Amino acid sequence: MEGLLQQIVNGITLGSIYALMALGYTMVYGIIRLINFAHADIYMIGAYVGYYCMSFFGLGFLPSLIIAMFICTLLGIIIEKIAYRPLRNATRISVLITAIGVSLFLEYGTMFFVTANVRTYPEMTGLLARTIKMGNIVISMQQILLVSITIVLMILLQFIVKTTRIGKAMRAVSMDKDAAELMGINVDSTISFTFGLGSALAGAAGVLVGVYYNSINPLMGMVPGLKAFIAAVFGGIGIIPGAMIGGYFIGAVEVLVAGYGNSMYRDAVVFGILILVLIVKPSGLLGKNTREKV
Amino acid sequence: MKKLIGLGLTYAIVQILIMTNAITGYLQATLVTICINIILAVSLNLITGFTGQFSLGHAGFMSIGAYVCALITMRVPTVYGFILGVLLGALAAALVGCLVGLPTLRLRGDYLAIATLGMSEIIRIIFLNMEITNGAAGLNGIPQFVNWTWLFTFTVGTVLVISNFIKSAHGRACISIREDEIAAEAMGINTIKYKVVSFTIGAFCAGIAGALYASYFYFLKPDLFGFLKSVDVLVIVVLGGLGSISGSILAAILLALISSYLQSFPEIRMILYSLTLIAIMIFRPQGLMGSKEISLSVFSKWASGLKSKRGRV
Repeated sequence: MEGLLQQIVNGITLGSIYALMALGYTMVYGIIRLINFAHADIYMIGAYVGYYCMSFFGLGFLPSLIIAMFICTLLGIIIEKIAYRPLRNATRISVLITAIGVSLFLEYGTMFFVTANVRTYPEMTGLLARTIKMGNIVISMQQILLVSITIVLMILLQFIVKTTRIGKAMRAVSMDKDAAELMGINVDSTISFTFGLGSALAGAAGVLVGVYYNSINPLMGMVPGLKAFIAAVFGGIGIIPGAMIGGYFIGAVEVLVAGYGNSMYRDAVVFGILILVLIVKPSGLLGKNTREKV
Repeated sequence: MKKLIGLGLTYAIVQILIMTNAITGYLQATLVTICINIILAVSLNLITGFTGQFSLGHAGFMSIGAYVCALITMRVPTVYGFILGVLLGALAAALVGCLVGLPTLRLRGDYLAIATLGMSEIIRIIFLNMEITNGAAGLNGIPQFVNWTWLFTFTVGTVLVISNFIKSAHGRACISIREDEIAAEAMGINTIKYKVVSFTIGAFCAGIAGALYASYFYFLKPDLFGFLKSVDVLVIVVLGGLGSISGSILAAILLALISSYLQSFPEIRMILYSLTLIAIMIFRPQGLMGSKEISLSVFSKWASGLKSKRGRV
C-alpha cells in the first residue's frame, strides 16, 4: 500500500512534466493543426538555459526559471516566424516534415555548441534539498516545488485563455481561422502568441526536470516529447484540460509499469496506449466526434 | 530493351571495378548503403509519395527484416539460408505491416505518422528486450553473403516491382487516394484495401533492405533502427520528390555521397540534413524532381537530338 502511494507521488511528479509539455502541443495543434515536433527541443533548450543560469551565473531557482521561460518564448515565436509561417497554406505533410527538420536542427545545433555530454544541474541547497517523510513515503521538497509550480502555471494559463482578450482571440482562431480573421482578429499575432505561451511552459518544464532529475543532454527532449504528445492525444487534442488529465495519466501509467511490471517496457506501454486511443477514440477522452465534410 | 542494356552495363562496370579492386572497403560500404537506401526510399515513396500516407515507421519494418534474416543465416550459414532469410524477413515485415496497417490506416495525416512512429518504437523496444536478439548488446558475427550481384538484383527487383505496381490499375488507385481520398472512395475505390496493399508492399521491401543490411554489415543492434533511421529515409524521399521514383534514387545516391564525405562530423551532417529538410519544404516542397521521372529514353532522345543537329550541320 505504501509502495503504491509512493509510486503515485512519483507518478504525479512525472505527470506534471508531461502535462506542462502537453499543453504546448495541444494549444499549437488546436490553432494550426500541426504536431510541433520542435516543442520537445524547446523543453531541452529551457533545461540548458536553466543550467547555465544556475551554474555559470549562480542565479537562484526562480530567476533561472523565469529567464528560461522568457528565452523559450522568444525561441518559439522565432521558430514560428521563420519555419512555419511561410508554410501557412502548404499541405500538412510539408509542415510536419518542416517541424521534424526544426526539431533535428535544434537538437544537433545544441549538440554542436554544448557537446553531447550529459550535464548535471548544481545540487539544490537549503529548503529545496529537504525531504518530508510520512511513514515510509518520501516526498522531496523538489517534488512539491515541481507540482506546485506546475499547478500555478496551469491556473495562470487558464486565466489567460479564459478571461483575457488575447485568450479569447486564441479560442476564436482555433475554432475557425477564417471567421476570426473576418471579425478583425490578427490571426498571425495570435498564432505567434500561442507558440510563445506553449514554449514558455515547455521551458519551465525543462528547468523543473533539470532540478528534479539532475542530468540533461541535447537529445533529452525526444522521448518525453512524444509521450507528452501522446498525453495530449489521450486527453483530446486541442483541449486544454484534456492535456492536463492526459499528462497525469501517462505519468502515472509509466511509473506504475516501471514499478510493478518490467521497466524496460514502460515506453512500449505508453505507445501502445497511443495506438489504442487512436483506434478506439481518435478524438480523445474529452474530444467530441466531428464529421468530416467534403 | 535499352533499359536492359543500361542496367547490364551498370552491373558489369561496377562488377569489373570491384574485381579489379578499384572499389574497396569504404567505397564498397558506401555502395551498399546507397543500394539499401534506394530500396528503403523507393518503398517509402510508394507509401508516402504515391499513396499519400505519411509513415514514420519505416525503420521498424527494416529492423524486422534485418533480425529475421540475421537469425536465420546464423542458424543456416549457406547461400540458401541467406535467400530464405531475406524472403522470410521481408514476409515477416510485410505481415507486421499488414497487421499494423489494418487498424491504423483509418487514421489520417499526422495521426497516422504518430501511430506508425509509435509502432516502430514498440518494435524496437521488443527487440531490445528479447532473449533471442541479445537485447541492447545486439547480434554479432552474422555471416556475410551480400555481394554486388545480390545487391544489384534486389535493388533493381524492388525498383521494377514498385514502378510497375504504380503504372498498374492498382497503382493508379493508390495515386487517386493521395489526390483526394473522398473522391476516390466515391469513384468506387476500396481505399482501405489499397492503403493496406501499398503499406504491405512498402514494408516487404523495407524488410528486404533490412535483411541486406544485416547480411552485409554483420552486426545489428536495436538502436540502429530508431526514429532517426526513419527520418533518414524520409529525407531521401522528400529531397528526391514525393511521387518520383527516379528522384528517390538520385537523392539516395546524392545523400550517401554527402554523408560519407561528412562521416567525421556527424553533428554537422545532421544540422545540414535538418536545414535541407526545412529549406526544401519552404522553397521547393515538391523536392528535386517533383513527381516527374527521368528514364533512359530521355538520354536516347537527347542523343538522337544531337545526331540530327550534327546531320543538319
